[in-house]
Parts: sequence; structure tokens; C-alpha cells
Amino acid sequence: MTEISVVSLKIDGVQVSVPEGTTILKAAKDNGILIPTLCDLEGLTPYGGCRLCLVEVTGSPKLFTACTTQVNPGMEVTTNSVRLKNYRKMAVQLLMSERVHMCAVCVANDHCELQALANQLGVDHVSFERHFTRETIDSSHDFLVIDRNRCILCTRCIRVCDKIEGVHTLDLKQRSKDTEVIMDLDESWGDSCSCTGCRKCAKVCPVGAIYIEGESATQTKHRDVAEFITERRKRK
Amino acid sequence: MNLNDIQRVAEEENEFQRAYKYRINVCCSSGCVPFGAFKVLKAFEDAVKEFGVENICKVARTGCVGTCSVGPAVLVDPGEYLYQSVTPENVREIVQSHIVSGVPVKKYLYVNESYFRKQQRLVLRNAGKIDPTRIQDYISTGGYFALAKCLLIMTPQGVIQEIVSSGLRGRGGAGFPVGQKWSLVARASNTPKYIVANLDEGDPGVFANRTLAEADPHAIIEGMIIAGYAIGAQKGYVYIRSEYPLAIEALQKAIAQAKEINLLGDNILGTQHKFDLELRFGAGAFVAGEETAILMSVEGRRAQPRPRPPYPANQGLWNNPTLIQNVESLANAPFIILNGGTWFKSFGLPNCTGTKCFSLTGEINNPGLIEVPMGITLREIIYDIGGGIPNGKKFKAVLVGGPSGGCLPESVLEAQIDYDSLKSVGAIMGSGGIVVLNEDSCMVDTARYFTDFCIEESCGKCTPCRAGLARVKEIFDKITTGEGELNNIDILEEASEYIINASLCGLGQTAPNPILTTLRYFREEYLEHIVNKKCKAGVCFRHENGGGK
Repeated sequence: MTEISVVSLKIDGVQVSVPEGTTILKAAKDNGILIPTLCDLEGLTPYGGCRLCLVEVTGSPKLFTACTTQVNPGMEVTTNSVRLKNYRKMAVQLLMSERVHMCAVCVANDHCELQALANQLGVDHVSFERHFTRETIDSSHDFLVIDRNRCILCTRCIRVCDKIEGVHTLDLKQRSKDTEVIMDLDESWGDSCSCTGCRKCAKVCPVGAIYIEGESATQTKHRDVAEFITERRKRK
Repeated sequence: MNLNDIQRVAEEENEFQRAYKYRINVCCSSGCVPFGAFKVLKAFEDAVKEFGVENICKVARTGCVGTCSVGPAVLVDPGEYLYQSVTPENVREIVQSHIVSGVPVKKYLYVNESYFRKQQRLVLRNAGKIDPTRIQDYISTGGYFALAKCLLIMTPQGVIQEIVSSGLRGRGGAGFPVGQKWSLVARASNTPKYIVANLDEGDPGVFANRTLAEADPHAIIEGMIIAGYAIGAQKGYVYIRSEYPLAIEALQKAIAQAKEINLLGDNILGTQHKFDLELRFGAGAFVAGEETAILMSVEGRRAQPRPRPPYPANQGLWNNPTLIQNVESLANAPFIILNGGTWFKSFGLPNCTGTKCFSLTGEINNPGLIEVPMGITLREIIYDIGGGIPNGKKFKAVLVGGPSGGCLPESVLEAQIDYDSLKSVGAIMGSGGIVVLNEDSCMVDTARYFTDFCIEESCGKCTPCRAGLARVKEIFDKITTGEGELNNIDILEEASEYIINASLCGLGQTAPNPILTTLRYFREEYLEHIVNKKCKAGVCFRHENGGGK
């Protein structure tokens, strides 16, 4: 058997030991410390886009995303300072204000990770002007629907489509606030020749942006699908 | 080709040039071309023939002389007589008087000695003097001798040691020590290794790298081959904006010429060293100049930055160790190798050595491309080199470091040009842009304008930069249309701090700099806009909707 070297570090003052190569996020989770995330999903390549999992590392003026940073021996990580809590609230507020996030009329109400985070972090108001965008809703597919007004650009759908399903139907177009998830070369979903209709994009969407027509979010959402398939593939 | 061949080319070229008594250098850089530089070049060639002096006078197409505001610029050697705003019509007069009779035409001469007096041209030493389309010109000035020195008598460790001892810091903006970067990539165990030269200069009003590539492309290529030898890379990419056609043309020609005489390819100078070079064109995204986004773009993917660590020195292009270096840093390498790190240390400051190229623009008498030693003050740049503010207007602020730099007022003009001093006053070295603003500029509007630029150019990946900047800009829209409230300033400060600390890449981390510096130095203007609904400069409140632009 090959020996796995173990790294010892401190997370929120607690001494923990994890295998080398573990991310701060995983090391914290395995030791009962939950760091809020949105774009990260086990089984997918870390993205580092939502900036919710930012943590402080003693000795560095910079903040690090826990989902992408691997542990180092002797590292001292802080996951819940006042500053970080404020930053997380700010991130949720900004996401809420960016597009249309009206929980009461959303298919993902009560099954939405953004909503849950807002509750958990105590975001009781949005101090920025909210934007009611009029992005396109594409329901041309037989059963998959994308409402881009609810999209938070976490790219989970793109990564699951690329890495797990292996077809890379979904990708981004444009940049900045005009960034949008598209199918193939910006075709309507119904015309996409590469989409296999595997539904994994809808299963992992943290909000109500991609959903299945006529199905409740309870039935659709299945965020462990990527991890499940990745683990199964390893067994082969 | 080996060392003897290079020496022979240099001697032949020098002899060839000595045969001419005069040399007319016509700047055909992107500053002068719009003013008709190519027509002027043609007119000189015709006039020289007409007067029958083609045997004593060589007309050469060159890169930028530096005086971009008075183009087309023409430099006549010997004596470095610089003619300004030359038109095809007055070419005959210049040739007749200066070349035939030996009397310079005073009325067309550029009379501004101070513009050049405080400059120190190392990187731009060949700019405006050699023909970028001829490799012989570059070799005759000692070009590729540094490469020969590296390959023939120095070890890769020795080359890195020389660069480390020079104290050279990255000229792309962040100022990471170049030698240290090289040794990090050299130490990485994976192969193949790559070099990416960053020429994606996308900031408004900045043209230093572009002009360098147009004027002296071989310096960049030589720097890359030397770096390749030092770190053990055999493949390099120059990432250049497709909006820079002249620079692309110059580099393409230079690469082809270098390949032809085996300075690129296998067995360079008869040694075992291999190095190959390719151009990669940017599609116009400012963010593609960011260290990790450039890698994505070179790989052919969407230019989106990714978090570091892992650093490109270990996992860069296709997950292999990659050296990413600004072209100006690379162009410094040849003469550091040739003259030694200790010699290089005699320029600039002890802890910040060498020179830096800046594009000096805005409300200033002598805009242009300048190269100054580190440690020069902003006041010297603006008043001694730049010649102050035109039309009797008053100086108001200077934006140092491009769209994400800082707006600095009169009171901090004694700040020195070096990475740390600029940082302490709220600006950054950035890509080397200095934009001077006069009293007609509104600082609130200026901050709004640059925020707008950064929003447009944000890649959209991370929340703070994408959503944060957009909200900040809305606050500016309110302030500049008379709907501002006093708590807007607090929100601006709070949001700016968040964007700086939480953003993924350098774009977001520096984008609020103009906001924070204007709030720091020109707070009263914000208050004036919010409380009195007045804009002293008369820029804001002019439109019913949207304000400003």
C-alpha cells in the first residue's frame, strides 16, 4: 500500500489532520466545520467564482477560496471572522440584486441554495437596487427549461454537462453582467444536437434557473449526482 | 548560424551603414502612421533619389521616436536632429537643405530638450533608430550577442543568477521579481515547459508594449529565447491583441527572419538548445491580459481567470510549468545579460532597479512614449518631460496605472515612480499609463468612467467584480444625475473594499482604485454633487438620463 502523507493544520483554532492534497473546504467539512458555498459541488472541478467560501489564512493579506486551495502543513485557517461573515452577506445580496430572485413565484422555492444561504447568513434585506432583468426563457426543449433571469452563473450545469455527461452542450457567452448560459453555438435548447436530455443540469442547479417542466423541485433536485457518478466510475 | 556568423553580420551591417553619411529614420509606428508616415517615408525615398544623394543618405523605416503628438516624426543622424509633423510637401526642403547642403531646417525641428533630458532609454534604446523589419539592424546594435553569451558560456542557473542580481521586477504591473519567477519555473519538475509573453495591453490610453513590439521586436524574441534557455522551455507564445496590426506584422516578420538564420528552431547557434515561437491573437478582452486568463486564451478557451494556487509556475499551459512575463520585462533581459546585473542596478533605485516605459497622455503638452528611471517623481514626468498642462489650464489629477490605477492630486506629485511608493498613495504601476487631467475634468465622472470600463471588461466569473461593480456604477449614475444621497459614499467605500478583497483576479482587485483614490483626495467633489447638486467642472447633470456619457 502506498502511504498517504497527512497534513496537520488549524481550522478555527481546531487542530485537524487530513490527507495531503485535500482542499480547505473538504478538510473543514470532514471536521464538522461547514463553509458556505454556491458554485462548488463535489464531483465537479472547483470553480472559485461565487466567492462565498473565502477564508482567511494567517500570515497572508489575501483571502483564499476554500474550494480551490489545498491545505499546507501548519496552516492556520479562519472561516468565520466578522469580516468574512459580512463579505458573505454582501455576496448573497449582490446575487439577489443582480437578476430576478422572487422566491414566492419561483419553482425552486424552499429547495433553493441561494435562498437557504440568505436565511442561514441572516440576509434580511438587499441594500442595493434590485434588477428585474428580462433575459430569455428557453422552453423549446421537450422537458428542460432554462430561465436565465434566475441564473447566478455558478456554472455547475456547464461543468456537469462537460465532465460527467461528457457532451459540453452548455457554455457561457458574453461577459460581465451580460454573461449567459447557452446551448451549443447559442441555439435554442430544442435545436441542440448535442444535448442528451440527461437532466443532470437541472439536478445540480442550485436555484430555479434550470428545471424540468411539470416536475417539482423536490423531484428534480439531486445535487449529489456528480459525486455519485464520479465515485461509481472510480470503482470500475 | 553560429557566433562567428553573427559577428560577421554585425560587422557587415555596420560597414554598410558607415558608407552612408546621413541616415533618415522615419517613424512608422502606430502613432505616426495615421498622420501619413508611410507617405512621408515614400517622399523621402523619392527626394533622396531626385537629389542624387542616395549614396550618402539612407532612408529607413523605424519604430517610435517617442514624440507621438507631433507625428510623423523623422530623426536625422548624425546629430539626432528630430523633425516634427513632417508632411510629404516639406520633405524635399528638408532633403535639399539638410542632406545636400548640410544645414538642418530649423523651422521644422522639434525644440523641446527637456522631453528627452530626464528620460533614460534602455528598453527603447533601439526605438526610432533601427529598422524593425531588418534583423541585420538589430544584430548590428549588439542584438543576439546576449543570447550567444547565454548559450555558449553561461549555464541556465548562471543566467537566472544574473537576472536575480539585477533586481529586475515584472513590468506587467504587479512587480514580482523576474529572477525569482524564472527560478520557480526552472525548479518545477514537469515538462514540457512554456513561456508566454504578455502583449495584451488593453488599457485605454496605454501603448507602451505595442510601441516596443513595433520598434524593436527582436529584443522581445531574444529575451524569450534567453528565458527559454534559463528555465528549460522550448516553446514560447507571444499573446498579442489582434487590434495591433503593425505590432503583429513586425513580430511575424521578426520571427520569420530569426527562423531563417536559425536563431529560432533546433540547434540554436550550433548548440543543443531548441526554442520555437508562435503568436497567439487576443480577441479584444482586457481580462485576457490577466496571468491565468491569458493561459486559458492561449489554450483556445474562454479567457476567464482561475484561482491561484496552483500558480502558473507549476501548473500553467496545459497544466505544465509556464513562465508568463510582460514583453517589457523580457526585453530587459538581453542587455542585463550582456552588461551584468550589477550594471543594471546603477539605473533606478536600489530596491527598484531599472527603467519603466510609460504612455503619457491626456491634458499635457508633450504626450508620447517615455522611458524613465525608477525613482523619478510624478512632478518631473508631468512638468519636465510632459511640459505641463496646455492652454493655461490648471492641473487637477493624474491617473497612474491605467483604468484601475489611482487618481492622484497635486499634493502627492512628489511620489516616486516605484511599485511601493505608488501603492502607498493609492495608485499602481499597472501597465504603464499616465493620464493627466486638468480642471475641466470632474473626478466623480472620471471614477464613473473607469468603473464603467472595468464593468465592460469584467469576465463575469466572480460575484464581486461582475455584480459588485455594476451596483457601484449605479450609485455613480445617481450621484452624477443629482439623485445622490449622503449614505452613497459609505456604500461606495464598503462595496469597494469588498470588491478589492474578494475578487478572483487582478481586474476586480484593482478596479475600485479610481473610486477609492477620488474619495480619498477629492471627497469634497462628491459632497458637492450630492449636497449642492453641483459639478464644478460642468461635466455632470447635463443629461436627463444616465449622466455623463
